[in-house]
Amino acid sequence: MAHWIEPHPTGIYVRPADAWIDPSLPQERALVTHGHADHARGGHGHVWATRETLAIMALRYGTASGTAVGYGEDVRMGGVTIRYVPAGHVLGSAQIVLEHAGERVVVTGDYKRRPDPTCKPFEPVPCDIFVTEATFGLPVFRHPDTGSEMDRLLAALHANPDRCVLVGAYALGKAQRVICELRARGHHDAIYVHGAMERMCALYQDFGVDMGELRPATGVAAKDMRGHIIVAPPSALNDRWSRRLPDPITAMASGWMRVRQRARQKNVELPLVISDHADWDELTDTIRQVAPTETWITHGREEALLHWCMTHQIRARALALVGREDEDAG
Amino acid sequence: MRQFSQLLDGLVYTRSRNAKLNLIAAYMRDAPDPDRGWALAALTGNLDLKAVKSSAIGEMIHARTDPVLYEMSRDYVGDLAETVALLWPKREDQPAELDDGSLSLSAVIDRLLGLSRAAAPDALAQMMDHLDSSGRFALLKLATGGLRVGISARLAKTGFAQGFGLDVDDVEQVWHALTPPYTALFDWAEGRTGRPDPEGTPYFRPFMLAHPLEADSVDLNDYAAEWKWDGIRIQIVGTGQETRLYSRAGDDISDSFPEIADAFTGHGVLDGELLVRGDFQGGEAASFNALQQRLGRKAVTAKMMADYPAFVRLYDLLLDGDEDLRALSWTDRRARLEAYMPSLASDRFDLSAVIDAPDFEALADIRAGARDAAIEGVMLKRRDSPYVAGRKAALWYKWKRDPLTADCVMMYAQRGHGKRSSFYSDYTFGCWTAEGELHPVGKAYSGFTDEELKWLDRFVRQNTVKRFGPVREVEKTLVLEVAFDSIHDSKRHKSGVAMRFPRIARIRKDKPAAEADTVEGLKKLIS
Repeated sequence: MAHWIEPHPTGIYVRPADAWIDPSLPQERALVTHGHADHARGGHGHVWATRETLAIMALRYGTASGTAVGYGEDVRMGGVTIRYVPAGHVLGSAQIVLEHAGERVVVTGDYKRRPDPTCKPFEPVPCDIFVTEATFGLPVFRHPDTGSEMDRLLAALHANPDRCVLVGAYALGKAQRVICELRARGHHDAIYVHGAMERMCALYQDFGVDMGELRPATGVAAKDMRGHIIVAPPSALNDRWSRRLPDPITAMASGWMRVRQRARQKNVELPLVISDHADWDELTDTIRQVAPTETWITHGREEALLHWCMTHQIRARALALVGREDEDAG
Repeated sequence: MRQFSQLLDGLVYTRSRNAKLNLIAAYMRDAPDPDRGWALAALTGNLDLKAVKSSAIGEMIHARTDPVLYEMSRDYVGDLAETVALLWPKREDQPAELDDGSLSLSAVIDRLLGLSRAAAPDALAQMMDHLDSSGRFALLKLATGGLRVGISARLAKTGFAQGFGLDVDDVEQVWHALTPPYTALFDWAEGRTGRPDPEGTPYFRPFMLAHPLEADSVDLNDYAAEWKWDGIRIQIVGTGQETRLYSRAGDDISDSFPEIADAFTGHGVLDGELLVRGDFQGGEAASFNALQQRLGRKAVTAKMMADYPAFVRLYDLLLDGDEDLRALSWTDRRARLEAYMPSLASDRFDLSAVIDAPDFEALADIRAGARDAAIEGVMLKRRDSPYVAGRKAALWYKWKRDPLTADCVMMYAQRGHGKRSSFYSDYTFGCWTAEGELHPVGKAYSGFTDEELKWLDRFVRQNTVKRFGPVREVEKTLVLEVAFDSIHDSKRHKSGVAMRFPRIARIRKDKPAAEADTVEGLKKLIS
């Protein structure tokens, strides 16, 4: 089935279009699902991606030549019809829907099913081959309601007016989502952001994502940050950078925080289980919903999802792509 | 249950002692009765449930989930209770991550108290369906009989006392007169009744403690000198019917040393040092290292008791029968203690000798000449001082033996916790073997100033050769002068030695690593 699409360790090759999806090596023609570094690399000859993803890649790698593809728009390439459909993962993230020879293949990139104020929701597309991620492909991963996690964050902030809450969140996507969720819950105080994410926040704002008042955390006196939320990349939590902060409560927004030992290893006091990836129920529900003839699993804890597919009479295989999954991105 | 499970989560993730105390205090104030009493029992290790075996929990989860997915999850998560708590598939009509509020902590305890082993899995499964993942984790930890949230009974009591503005020593005094769920304690704490009367129960009395000796000398006409033994300070409280042993923190350690508790059948309160007899000392007190084999064990085997027999070297007599001697002078109490000794079993109790020295200079010589492994230093006690709780200036002094030192090479560094989480503040250091290799001989995380810490942190960052998670291996170039109280043989360490209370005395930037000490040299310091 679908001999025209080939999984390789370095990406998925679409033969009739002579194009690679999310290649991990520089390629002449690349179809990119979203802007995270394990999917969008620099150095490609020509990139097809959403306008938002191209802007993110330009910010990270300098300007690359690219063709912006709008959601739902058809692109013809060597007899393949290609369509980008929202994946609900981060701003500009897309599933790539490919049609050729009467078969439809959907490559999800990364995705989630719950609401995210910074991006369009995932649209399920029934297909013959469903190529899915499995970052949280174990039944222990069941993300709680986002609202209740944000309430815990705000409760910790209000209970400690002399301290600050330092939230570790991946610089592309998670950080902006956390800020927007806070705004949606009526938190309108200025939020301080680490220098490494200022430009990404500005990019989001350029695309119309309203994040309220953001201030750079650099060069601010500790006492002025008391009672405030500071958002920083996870790598900064235990770094020297955090020493300047007023007695921070260390929080981290990630799906990995569901496992106690993971949170403790990272010295996290306030684990927030907020993920941009599908949890176990979302993964399995989505597979049921798109009802593919065959499921390909790209990266994550693929063994468990593979086992689940087998016990549910769904043909499945694990692709073992290289270089995927940055832990902090969970 | 949610309030309790949130408290446990908070205690798991919080590193600072003060923050833990605040969490406990707030819970004790806010939670309803009798939930908070049961919580206090659980936190202080006083909840005596017929523990459910982990195999029963395994059966329970196998009945509900695909065993392959369970095994994969268990591999990934590690802890059994946590895996099951996270994995638990609730019934279709129940939202997965919601505690529906129908189960109170006390309802859970009532249920667990009344369960037979056979009925446990079904009952647990029913309760699991009403809880969120934190609640399920708390339930499984309660049911298997160990919360393991890293707090001592004393810390839990201190948090409780703080919640109601009480003195924790007052709480200790009444504690052993009460049983879970401690209704009388909460009634007193909230002013509904008077203080519960502990009379007739073997309750803990706060210890009298010493300051380090800082003056150059004291007048031995005013101060008596005795050895400071290197065991654990212990209080023996007997009512004639019941005997309990308390550690310095007020924790009841009777179950860890049943041979001592059984040997004391008298009525009174004694203060002494718990030691074990070692083979190598010809039946004399062994080093702290030997005693460590007995510490922190809840169940004691006959073999442990035979290999490391415990005894108590007595320092003081606080109560003789119902007569409280604490207001008397040390001299008078000492006379009473000596008179009390013949009533005690001589294989389990002996008297800590007073050091006979004509003057301070002679005492200094005796102290310097002491080679006994079980001696930690000298105590100086004001002859006319009463026995008072805590550290009171100028009454008791401890004069520890001068520490030993060794020049060691830093090998690994690890980040600290809390305020030190951005600093590499825990250092593993080693000494040279005959083959010219460095073998780790100890780990220290104190002794340096804030300025030195900054310097050490920078050294670690600039000289990292490998990273293992939170640990960095460094270039073997920095010599640290390490001070330690004593050093012992150890089978657990590659170098064969273990230091007691090592700390960084100085950073020897001037000394080349090749000139650091050898493991052989360290072994000569073993006492």
